[in-house]
Amino acid sequence: MKVLTLNFLSCAVKTCKSSSDSFPLHPKEAELAKDDVEINPQLLVNVLPRIDWAALRTTSTELGFPTLPDQPPTAEELEADEKMLQELHTLLMEMQIVEGKLVCGHCGHEYAIREGIANFLLPSHLV
Amino acid sequence: MSRPEDTLQADVHYNDTEARKYTTSSRIQTIQAAMTHRALELLDLQSPSFILDIGCGSGLSGEILSDIPESEGGPHVWVGMDISPSMLDVALQRDVEGDLFLADMGQGVPFRAGTFDAAISISAIQWLCNAESSETSPAGRLARFFNGLYASLKRGGRAVCQFYPKNDVQKQMITSAAVKAGFGAGLLEDDPETKNAKTYLVLTVGSAGTKGDITGVVEGMDGVDVVDSRRKGKTGKGEIKKGSKAWILKKKDQMEKKGKVVKATSKYTGRKRRIQF
Repeated sequence: MKVLTLNFLSCAVKTCKSSSDSFPLHPKEAELAKDDVEINPQLLVNVLPRIDWAALRTTSTELGFPTLPDQPPTAEELEADEKMLQELHTLLMEMQIVEGKLVCGHCGHEYAIREGIANFLLPSHLV
Repeated sequence: MSRPEDTLQADVHYNDTEARKYTTSSRIQTIQAAMTHRALELLDLQSPSFILDIGCGSGLSGEILSDIPESEGGPHVWVGMDISPSMLDVALQRDVEGDLFLADMGQGVPFRAGTFDAAISISAIQWLCNAESSETSPAGRLARFFNGLYASLKRGGRAVCQFYPKNDVQKQMITSAAVKAGFGAGLLEDDPETKNAKTYLVLTVGSAGTKGDITGVVEGMDGVDVVDSRRKGKTGKGEIKKGSKAWILKKKDQMEKKGKVVKATSKYTGRKRRIQF
């Protein structure tokens, strides 16, 4: 699962919908892999305003990546700076969580990830 | 035509054998590809987008999303959800590019608000009309799904869901659930009244770049007739004033139809009586 996708995932449990702790999900015992993906600058510029930067910073520290700057780059800055574009592309699109768990900060539910597929099926008492 | 959703649950029906059969059948591949292209045409995406594929299965439709050339606004990045582990296993073996999730669409869409540019679903949402346990109901599952989908799409986003409705009641049930969630909804039917009829539920969040209502989506497309079955303004009811001549005539007519003895209508019917001293 891409780090980009993790930035959009929230806990699926009904009672967590109203809590701010249910986002972002915290990776635990995560095994990472790097996939080669062709860079797509337009897509990154497109998704940039939707990325929750604070959440991305938390995730990247938790996964052991170097700390990100405090503020997200603007679309113009990103388009001009090829190095930053490449770094962001590597972090968001190429890094994959292959095995591990995602933990909700509110209810503590653990979503297992196997072979890159996260299991979001809920037992009926949590739906 | 047999309907698998009538006999088994989706995750039980699509076991390893069934999933492989489904993915390797060239007939199914062609149909799925044609439907995905049609759905993309309806989504009308101009630049590389972030798309949700609901009921992605083995990634037949997702593959097409990743393969859109740059000149046509691609390639898109997609995230797929499916309830069948076997289908996802086939997708893994085929090495698809999107992220996969094992999730039940009837339990909602676990993404935060405004995540996706668009959503696509090929031959999946008819499964929502069946409830497997007494704890869930089709209406509840539909509501949960459409509410989640509405929230996870960005304002101005679109969703296209191709599905196989069993009958008109099911069609009505699905559309009204979508409208209740807040979508602008319309049904597009290709080859209606033939065996190959394909139904697409087109959903918009906000104005979605169309002028006016949902019919703006198909504006400029060839060979599409717009049939608007929405109620327009006031219906005939309520216009007849109680006690008026028209009302009396209507009542007399009703009584006559019931088989009661009704006095013949004359020029005095419904006339005010003169004040008597």
